[in-house]
Amino acid sequence: MKQFDYVRPATVAEAVAAAVQPGAAYLAAGTNLLDLMKGGVSRPDRLVDVTHLDGLDAIETLADGSLRIGALVSNADLAHDPVFARSYPAVAEALLSGASAQLRNAATVGGNLLQRTRCAYFYDTASRCNKREAGSGCDARDGENRGHAVLGWSDSCIATHPSDFCVPLVALDAVVEIEGKSGRREIALDELHCLPGNSPERESALEPGDIVVAVRLPPAARGFAAHARYLKVRDRTSYAFAVVSAAAALRIENGKVAEARIALGGVAAKPWRVRAAEDVLRGVAPTADAFQEAAWRALTDAKPSGDNAFKIELARRIVMRALTLAAAGTPARLPALPASPFAATSGAIHA
Amino acid sequence: MPELNLTSAPAHIRHGSNIGQPLTRRDGVLKVTGQATYAADNHLPGMLFAVIAVSSIAHGRVVSLDVTAAKRHPGVVDVMTPDHKPQLAIDPEIKTNPFVFRMEALQSNEVRYANQPIAVVIAETLEAATEGAVLLAPRYESLPPLVGLDAGESFVPPVVGVGNPTENHLGDVEAGLASAEKQIDATYETPPQYHNAMEPHAIVVQWDGDRLSVDMPTQGLVLSLARIAELFGIAHDKIHIRSPFLGGGFGSKGLMGGPPVLGIMAAKLVGRPIKLVLRREQMYGPVGHRAPTRQRLRIGADGEGRLTALDHHARTVSSTFDDFYEPAADASHTLYAAPAIRTSHDAVRVNTGTPLFMRAPGEATGSIALESAIDEMAWACGMDPLAFRLKNYAEVEPISGKPFSSKALRACYEQGAARFGWAKRSLQARQMRDDAGLLVGWGMGTATFPALMFQAEARAAIRRDGTGVMEIGAHDMGQGAWTALAQIAADAVGLDIDRVTFKAGTSDLPDAGIAGGSAHTATAGAAIHSAGAAVIAKLADLATGDERSPLFGAGNAGVIARDGRLIRRDDESRGESYAEILARAGVAEVEARGTGAPNPAAMEEYAMHAHGAVFAEVKVDPELGQIRVSRMVGAFAAGRIVNPRMVQSQLFGGMIWGMSFALHEEAITDRRTGRIMNANLGEYHVPVNADVPPLDVITVDEHDPHVNALGIKGVGEIGITGSAGAVANAVWHATGVRVRRFPIRIEDLLTQS
Repeated sequence: MKQFDYVRPATVAEAVAAAVQPGAAYLAAGTNLLDLMKGGVSRPDRLVDVTHLDGLDAIETLADGSLRIGALVSNADLAHDPVFARSYPAVAEALLSGASAQLRNAATVGGNLLQRTRCAYFYDTASRCNKREAGSGCDARDGENRGHAVLGWSDSCIATHPSDFCVPLVALDAVVEIEGKSGRREIALDELHCLPGNSPERESALEPGDIVVAVRLPPAARGFAAHARYLKVRDRTSYAFAVVSAAAALRIENGKVAEARIALGGVAAKPWRVRAAEDVLRGVAPTADAFQEAAWRALTDAKPSGDNAFKIELARRIVMRALTLAAAGTPARLPALPASPFAATSGAIHA
Repeated sequence: MPELNLTSAPAHIRHGSNIGQPLTRRDGVLKVTGQATYAADNHLPGMLFAVIAVSSIAHGRVVSLDVTAAKRHPGVVDVMTPDHKPQLAIDPEIKTNPFVFRMEALQSNEVRYANQPIAVVIAETLEAATEGAVLLAPRYESLPPLVGLDAGESFVPPVVGVGNPTENHLGDVEAGLASAEKQIDATYETPPQYHNAMEPHAIVVQWDGDRLSVDMPTQGLVLSLARIAELFGIAHDKIHIRSPFLGGGFGSKGLMGGPPVLGIMAAKLVGRPIKLVLRREQMYGPVGHRAPTRQRLRIGADGEGRLTALDHHARTVSSTFDDFYEPAADASHTLYAAPAIRTSHDAVRVNTGTPLFMRAPGEATGSIALESAIDEMAWACGMDPLAFRLKNYAEVEPISGKPFSSKALRACYEQGAARFGWAKRSLQARQMRDDAGLLVGWGMGTATFPALMFQAEARAAIRRDGTGVMEIGAHDMGQGAWTALAQIAADAVGLDIDRVTFKAGTSDLPDAGIAGGSAHTATAGAAIHSAGAAVIAKLADLATGDERSPLFGAGNAGVIARDGRLIRRDDESRGESYAEILARAGVAEVEARGTGAPNPAAMEEYAMHAHGAVFAEVKVDPELGQIRVSRMVGAFAAGRIVNPRMVQSQLFGGMIWGMSFALHEEAITDRRTGRIMNANLGEYHVPVNADVPPLDVITVDEHDPHVNALGIKGVGEIGITGSAGAVANAVWHATGVRVRRFPIRIEDLLTQS
């Protein structure tokens, strides 16, 4: 494999300084990056190993009631943190529906946000891919694209963002804390990932050297704990990316939906918040008709990017189901098959 | 090879009969403690690493390789290309026997499929060799690739499978269809699939003058040795291959492919030991796969649900440069008693690595189509699928009219159905739901696989200390040969298993044939059995011919071997130990050889097959279309069961593979480039633990006096057959949607809600 420099900075500031140069990449668990490097998809000159940085692995409740999750917290540790799982059950469910137990033990919060698309043409270095090599073309557009985007895509790129974790996070207005060469700043998670437009090679709002140091859930996010689910349809029961997924969270007061949050996964280059569908539910009773209306509204702008029209109808049904499950109430325990349509099956084998 | 320290759990040690005991794997402790040495675990002093560069185009030729850039990379020692390589003794394009397939050994710059080896980079480290392969940056002259089942003009191949006729006829199919009260005409498609053994193909090789030492997983030690010998022009006795363990083979390690040959060439080129291990994505090309099929079944039945005709046509593909044709339609020869049967095949050539044997080649692809069609026919006749199968139960093999050597399929149906609770099934589809509102469906399929035998030889010895030795170059692919064959060996020489040194897995031992066709236990077992009998006969000669022995005058036929002693058949109190016989005779050991081979007379007389019945329950989300198998029961009759634990594992594995066939496996090929877009275990789906439901295996008693001396039929492949169809039929029963393109996908089931 390509030879590269490996540096292990002692502080975040050193990390930023080390990573700002072209060709540098941050390395956390490497559950995505190492595969990309082995396949020649990513060929960094320098790896900046951030796993030894202090202070990035805490889960802390802040004075205002926000929850701050350090970027190096592992997916498994976060999902199994009892306070976290109780307060943000849909996020825990999404985390546990992703990858495998071994990967979840290694993978980190920051890395999950910044994982790359699973588009096969991005991974196949013999294919043209505007994301991998700007301006080269998109072989997915007329290729094997059953799993590709139905929202927010462009002729330049039809890839999707594969994260489960990000879907409920974006629904709950998560905020990303970033350290960069001009100091610390924060942006809404919804603004972290870019839609492809004409420049799919630009995938996020991060600048060279920027490192995600934490993800924050605002105080209001706890308000959905009683009615929050993540639902993920996939081609096998576990260890598969979503064909389509949805997070649904409701704040129900006096038999009416005071506030709804809905986001879709596996449909676009970013976790796809559907505020128009949320608006449909504000102030109405949580009925099947209302959910149906919201599901239709959620996919109004969807169009197939190839052999994937089924994903639009599937996404509608998933939104409908996720809302129905959320309205029924968050289960006291996370199901053995988190986020699965088979979650309610008794005696299920763990994912 | 270091001595293998095989162990048995003490609880399973039993004196007397070894065959039939559910011994745990004797290599189990070695494996779970990491001491079992697989080929790639070997490291030799001075060893270099070789990495194959593969083609990214499927058709054309390589016009340039940047060898200079690769060689400039630190650690790269040499780059082997068509212009710079050791000469082979024969052209690898020459097919010297029917089990030789063409391979790429850098004989030209032509590219015939994606992932074809086009160069080999040799370096001091794996990392340097890997980067060297990237730096070659091949440039191509590309031609349009042939992709898919409609790639070009179809043709009728001369044979399918291994020498099977392309077409078979019984009776008048068209008349049978014309006279039928009910007819179906349905077309099914199965995708290309890849073996994906956990252990990648690997070789560690060292030349010492004209002697060659090889560590390499192989399902056919002697076939591999013969192929290496002819390719490199060296005598058989100069080659030593060690293959004590395979991390799965499934047919992809049966015949010598190009990659290990490239490893041997690389070692010759640089004069140092070489390790060459395929990357996972490189296993999607030069080491075989299961070809896609499109199968049309036309079936007729009379008013009582009796078949009047069965017409099964299969389209498949082979490569542009060699011939292997998945014999899918042959699945219709043996199971259902139609008075008129026609099976036929045609094919197109595509830019692919040559398809080869993959676990149940032909049987698996044919079974899912046939069992689906039979299910459709049962429904058309308004009959329960089991009742329909029983109505058309074949008392003799339909295509040949031969009686079966044994066939306990009726018992399989009965016991499987009872265990599953089949009687409670609704006839109509989409009638059953569980408490959570999921659709529930029950389906079944009949399993069948031929009881084959190859040729094998074994050497047995009894030593002065009363212990035994059994030697045979047999192969343990994970199926349990180290255990099951040692059990046969122990019984063959009348000793407890721990008193027999069982040697296998190297090419200097007697030829065990190939571990394939579900025939290894039968073939190697027969050889072991006869070698054991021969060595006991020699020992008996020593005893019965010596007047100092209590067995004097008993004659061979009057003596039996038990627990390390020979005793008189007519008076079991009279006997003596092996050690006593050898001590008195003053010999260190007696030895003998035995062979195992098919019995042509019995084969002429009888049809020989294992059978089974598989029942599956699936759950399907009614709106979302996601499918999960919730339980499976398989009842199988496969002659004598040597080790019930290993057999159960084999059948579990087969049933899981069948589920995988119906719901998961597919190599997704880009139709424009012929490249496989999911050549990794993340995206090429096989079932994970959460997909595998409780499995129930019943082995039905079956005594077969004809298949071989031990009555063994083999269980390696039959589990896939029947199972794939059972799952597909259960999906129909759950949803009312008949999906004829496999694997069944979520979108296939979204049409209704």
